[in-house]
Amino acid sequence: MPAVLQARDLVKQYPRVRAVDGVSFEVQEGSCFGLLGPNGAGKSTTIEMLEGLLKPTSGQVLFRGAPLGGHYRERVGIQFQHTALQEHLSSRENLRFFGALYPQRRPLDELIALCRLEEFLDRDTSKLSGGQRQRLLLAIALVNRPEVLFLDEPTTGLDPQARRNFWDLVQGVKAQGKTIVLTTHYMEEAYLLCDHIVIVDHGCIIAQGSPGALLAEHFDDAVLELPSAEADKLHDGVVYKHKGDTVEIHTPDIGATIAGLQAAGASLAQLRIRPRTLEDLFLELTGRELRT
Amino acid sequence: MSNPLLDSWRRLRAATWARSLEFLRDRSAFGWSLLFPVLLVAGIAFVFSGPGQPMFKVGVLAPAGVALDAKLHPFLATPQVRFYAEEPGAEAVHKVQLQRIDMLLDFTAEPGRYWLNEQSPKGQLLEQLLRGTGGAPLRREATSGAEARYVDWVAPGVLGMNMMFGCLFGIGYVIVRYRKNGYLKRLNATPLRAFEFLLAQLLSRLMLILLVACAVFTACRLLLHLRMEGSYLDLLLLATVAAVSMIAMGLVVSARISSEELAGGILNVIGTPMVVLCGVFISIDGAPHSLQVVAQLLPLTHLLEGARAIMLDGAGLPQIAPHLLALAAMSVVYLALGTALFKWRQE
Repeated sequence: MPAVLQARDLVKQYPRVRAVDGVSFEVQEGSCFGLLGPNGAGKSTTIEMLEGLLKPTSGQVLFRGAPLGGHYRERVGIQFQHTALQEHLSSRENLRFFGALYPQRRPLDELIALCRLEEFLDRDTSKLSGGQRQRLLLAIALVNRPEVLFLDEPTTGLDPQARRNFWDLVQGVKAQGKTIVLTTHYMEEAYLLCDHIVIVDHGCIIAQGSPGALLAEHFDDAVLELPSAEADKLHDGVVYKHKGDTVEIHTPDIGATIAGLQAAGASLAQLRIRPRTLEDLFLELTGRELRT
Repeated sequence: MSNPLLDSWRRLRAATWARSLEFLRDRSAFGWSLLFPVLLVAGIAFVFSGPGQPMFKVGVLAPAGVALDAKLHPFLATPQVRFYAEEPGAEAVHKVQLQRIDMLLDFTAEPGRYWLNEQSPKGQLLEQLLRGTGGAPLRREATSGAEARYVDWVAPGVLGMNMMFGCLFGIGYVIVRYRKNGYLKRLNATPLRAFEFLLAQLLSRLMLILLVACAVFTACRLLLHLRMEGSYLDLLLLATVAAVSMIAMGLVVSARISSEELAGGILNVIGTPMVVLCGVFISIDGAPHSLQVVAQLLPLTHLLEGARAIMLDGAGLPQIAPHLLALAAMSVVYLALGTALFKWRQE
């Protein structure tokens, strides 16, 4: 499939910091592409260069093979991390207003159904909950039937329930074949929604690929979590990692490790087994936790 | 295919509509902008209606360096009369016509002369006093005109000042708030252009300011029986051009700032001197020449001078044309500057 967007050696230099330091990647038609990394890694700067809102210091963004032109804004939809709306206007009025700014508009009914806006359509936008607000902002980003949808940290600050609802909506949009570019520092979000991810740190790409392939490439083990007191009873050649009062045991052979623990007399009442995640991958690659 | 001009018009209309709706629904802000100027004018009318003014006020034109005392003319020793040095020119006689002073003495002419307003009882009384004091005989110059109350003079000032603050803050604060909370950044991601956005802000603010100004003017005219000699249409035209120039001034201030406190400070620094320099409460006729030159560069001066000429003297379009031209020129300059400097996002 042809690339919708191409980033070529993007650099953004601010007076005191190099926010983005030579990143290149391609976004395929109909895929969900994730930019992943901790706060301050350069995700937002990168996505704003892709959106055409920020000029790169050097490098280039191509849309369907050509530099971003004057009509690019009519063909993409953007949801920012923090966006205020005009006060004293209802959700419906905001949708109408934003719709009027574009030559092509998606019918209101379609947007309402797609983003589940029915219950607060005529409510003042200042009285919406965080989750409702993000749903409205998503609808606004979709008002012009964009060819690419940009979502910059769309679920930051939402409660887990609202976050899950939002993921459902994004999956609905994705099912319609829309190309999505997403930034997030929630690895779970990236794992669930993205077909292809780029992990950035200090303005550079440190890994890219599909979430499954990246995990398979770096890990061949799983994680057992146990209270320290129990885990310390086992001393053979597995990797230990202390995390407060619990210990993580990284092992390629879960059966053998559990058998070893039982043989050593450890209680398995509080044993938890989990597969490797993108959080582990980030830690593995940078030596740092993602959310610190 | 879409037509770029039609697209532009559709975006402008949508942005104007959205901003107007936001303001009209903000009931506290809307109500206050209606109530405040009426209260202010009523307060001033109340304060200036009471006693405490000197009984008589007489302007004196004297040769340079000569003191205003009995040596110049024995009449100047009359008690209960306030004599003050007046600037030469037609304006001095005009004050007699408006009965803002009761008499004007001119010792720079040979022989000396005095003006009085034949419709003014206080002027007639002073004439009797003048004749009784002896001294060199003065030539009588009569003029006439109905009394201009201070409230008739100050009301255009207060309404103009209110308009000025409404224009500066109404536009400045809103744009700075939009920039600070990221709304401008969101709009920048749409096809809306900076000029369309700014014009929409200007238009919606202009409509609301004129609506409020008309309502307040009507209220003042009914409550205070304000004098209105000229044409309402001329006054509306003047107010419109003045409002555009003052809104455009607000656009320049808010072009880049993203702190409401800083914007408030700058707008006050611009607005407060205008109240003094442009003659809202006190005429700047006697002020130093340099200040009067500065005043001519400020839109409020032209609004007030024009409005007073229309309301008090019945001036028509030819008389206020210089004010209209000055305001139009300022509008163009400020608008161009405001658009050129405008930034969607925080630096």
